[in-house]
Amino acid sequence: MAFITDYANPEKFERLARPLTPVLTSLAAALAALGLYFALFNSPADYQQGESVRIMYVHVPAAWMALFCYTAMAAASAAGFIWKHPLADVAAKTTAPIGAVFTALALITGSLWGKPMWGTWWAWDARLTSVLILFFLYLGYIAIWEAIEDKTRAAKIAAIVAIVGFVNVPIIRFSVDWWNSLHQPASVIRADGPSIHSSMLTPLLLMGAAYMAAYAAMLLVSMRTELAARRLARLERLQSERVSGVRAE
Amino acid sequence: MTRKQRRLMLIGGVFLAAIAGVTLVLSALDKAVAYFYVPADLAALPSPPEGLIRLGGLVETGSVRREEGGALIKFTIIDEISQAPVSYRGILPDLFREGQGVVVQGRFIDGELVASEVLAKHDENYMPREVAEALKEQGRWKEGESPNSPSTP
Repeated sequence: MAFITDYANPEKFERLARPLTPVLTSLAAALAALGLYFALFNSPADYQQGESVRIMYVHVPAAWMALFCYTAMAAASAAGFIWKHPLADVAAKTTAPIGAVFTALALITGSLWGKPMWGTWWAWDARLTSVLILFFLYLGYIAIWEAIEDKTRAAKIAAIVAIVGFVNVPIIRFSVDWWNSLHQPASVIRADGPSIHSSMLTPLLLMGAAYMAAYAAMLLVSMRTELAARRLARLERLQSERVSGVRAE
Repeated sequence: MTRKQRRLMLIGGVFLAAIAGVTLVLSALDKAVAYFYVPADLAALPSPPEGLIRLGGLVETGSVRREEGGALIKFTIIDEISQAPVSYRGILPDLFREGQGVVVQGRFIDGELVASEVLAKHDENYMPREVAEALKEQGRWKEGESPNSPSTP
């Protein structure tokens, strides 16, 4: 807990985040290069799907990250709303666009896989529909931040929306078990162990690690940008108040 | 009660209300959320349903027949309990084969499901071709089953 409260101070956060950014960026690039090498060149074709299985190495980690980012966003929103942690709102706000991109990537690559395998680009089954709703939740959350001028108020309302929307996350996870769906059930995280061959699990997990590192790197960059933008806005306000002759504070 | 506790109660209350609401809606929708019915659902009905429906199950091994020079495809969809005959004119997806899962959309005409769309359902098993063939040769697994839980003789 001491660690978390220590880095509530934006300057301390900056001191940690600045050197960490290039480290995480290079880690993400290295993992992605290795993961893509395995995914495209050093893994077998599937016994049914043939070469199309390679879409999975981009699609599945994107879907994992879509859920992970939303969970992180809801947790950070709760921390910001309840404990007024000054960096939590910033973390939640900057996670949203990253999560939205992962969700869009999962939807698009899933669609590209669906056409040759299922025979359709899209089906209104429980999994696909709930992930589309997740995408709209991200967009709604971003829109709230943009629409409300007062940032303290925006943070509160956005936090409530993020937490209420979290109901969708377990629905997505279990949609394939609760209802008949076109989408297949989970292959990696399941009670009786992965139903995916190790030669295909390796590139999948490497890509998952690459996506996670990429998220961490992008999060640090956009959090620093957001903090700098807020500092700039504060300075400009102070300056304009001084120029117009109003005493600052 | 401190402000912090009040905020915790507020957000906790809102979250629980959301869960309760969504649970009620989903339980009210129940089967409407499902993408398809299975043959067992139809067996429970007095007569085949009217209108467009989606039916999912396995393509029965040995049931695929082609008529009219291959333009008309006939097969049977089965589950553990029941079955339904299907006819289809059109292009089948790559994954369509006997013993595999499919989802068929169409109408019942004279007890036969006349399909307007046939989708292949992929299962959760991913493995290289050689591994699949080795498993089949050893008789430990056959298509349409989970290789994790091979059926014990």
